[in-house]
Amino acid sequence: MNQQEALFRFALRMGDNALVLGHRISEWCGHAPALEEDIAQTNIALDLIGQARNYLTYAGEVEGKGRKEDDLAYLRDSREYINALITEQPKGDFAHTIVRSFLWDAFHRPLLNALANSSDERLKGIAEKAVKEVAYHLRHSSEWLIRFGDGTEESHRRAQTALDELWRFTGELFEADEAEQILAKEGVIPPLESLKAEWNATVDRVLAEATLKRPSEGWMASGGKKGVHTEHLSLMLAEMQTLQRSYPGVEW
Amino acid sequence: MPSAAEIEQLLEAVKDPEIPVISIRELGVLREVSVNNGEVEVTITPTYSGCPAMDFMRLEVERTLKQAGIGNFQVKQVLSPAWTTDWINEEGRRKLLEFGIAPPPHSADIRTLKGEAPPIACPQCGSTDTALVSHFGSTACKALYKCNACKEPFDLFKCH
Repeated sequence: MNQQEALFRFALRMGDNALVLGHRISEWCGHAPALEEDIAQTNIALDLIGQARNYLTYAGEVEGKGRKEDDLAYLRDSREYINALITEQPKGDFAHTIVRSFLWDAFHRPLLNALANSSDERLKGIAEKAVKEVAYHLRHSSEWLIRFGDGTEESHRRAQTALDELWRFTGELFEADEAEQILAKEGVIPPLESLKAEWNATVDRVLAEATLKRPSEGWMASGGKKGVHTEHLSLMLAEMQTLQRSYPGVEW
Repeated sequence: MPSAAEIEQLLEAVKDPEIPVISIRELGVLREVSVNNGEVEVTITPTYSGCPAMDFMRLEVERTLKQAGIGNFQVKQVLSPAWTTDWINEEGRRKLLEFGIAPPPHSADIRTLKGEAPPIACPQCGSTDTALVSHFGSTACKALYKCNACKEPFDLFKCH
């Protein structure tokens, strides 16, 4: 794998993560527990989908085969998606959504902070923009998590259940594949394991305030970054891609 | 051929579709206008990655240029350096306030950076006895507040 191929793969992954999570969060549109929260979740989804557009456009340019953002978003099957498994998990109840967002945001922010200093001008530009948005996302998910954990017996129980269920998807975030190893060596992206300390600190601080228990390490699921997904992604893509698959080339 | 300054003046007509009192120049979305060998280049930058108004503003720039008889132009979109609310000029801040939207606190305000809430004055009655309802408001760039004095809800153009 040369550096250009690695860059394509990394930009594609950043796009896939943002698109898949953005789509999952958008599923709350019209269904969130309160009007303000409906607006908040759709705003967060919009940020992520906007970021995805930037990454996928760039990925298409780096690849050099003429694929545009829509081709990459709508005309790839699940095996060609290389997002982390945590982003594709169903939205579950609202505690589930908040816990997933929190575990992701706590990783996403230090990653973007580092990418805002990337030697790659385009990644740097996308990250500079996105990091400010994600600072709001992390604050929002942290506040909810604290409210759930330190709230009622029921909200505490649901938050802890979601945390225990989603924890096994967090290991994959820090596993660098070949593309990420190449780019880290060239200083284009940070070594993923270097983000672990800040992630741990954020997680421990918020869980402590939320009176939630950090699950023990144990077995970690992985595969999403290689295109081996849980069954949920295919179902999500079937819905997300149906218009483009039914009417090839249609534009909004 | 109009000069860059004249074209900038022309583009004053292009407003933010979601806040129609403020132009893209006042908002800081319009970054640069240059004229080289008869070709006009207009550089714009999005406020947010997913700002749905961006395509609309680009189309409006193109339409305005064409209407003025300018055919040879290019509208370029850049991400870096990233747009910040500090780029909204004084004129823009005044118009936001008149429109009923509290202008953003300056990002250099350390309280903002630390996530603490700096006092926000109600755009209706001016009281600083206000409270945050939600960090996310009617558009990506706004937060929802309420005024405890006059009881009116209002939008804050949030710091970015």
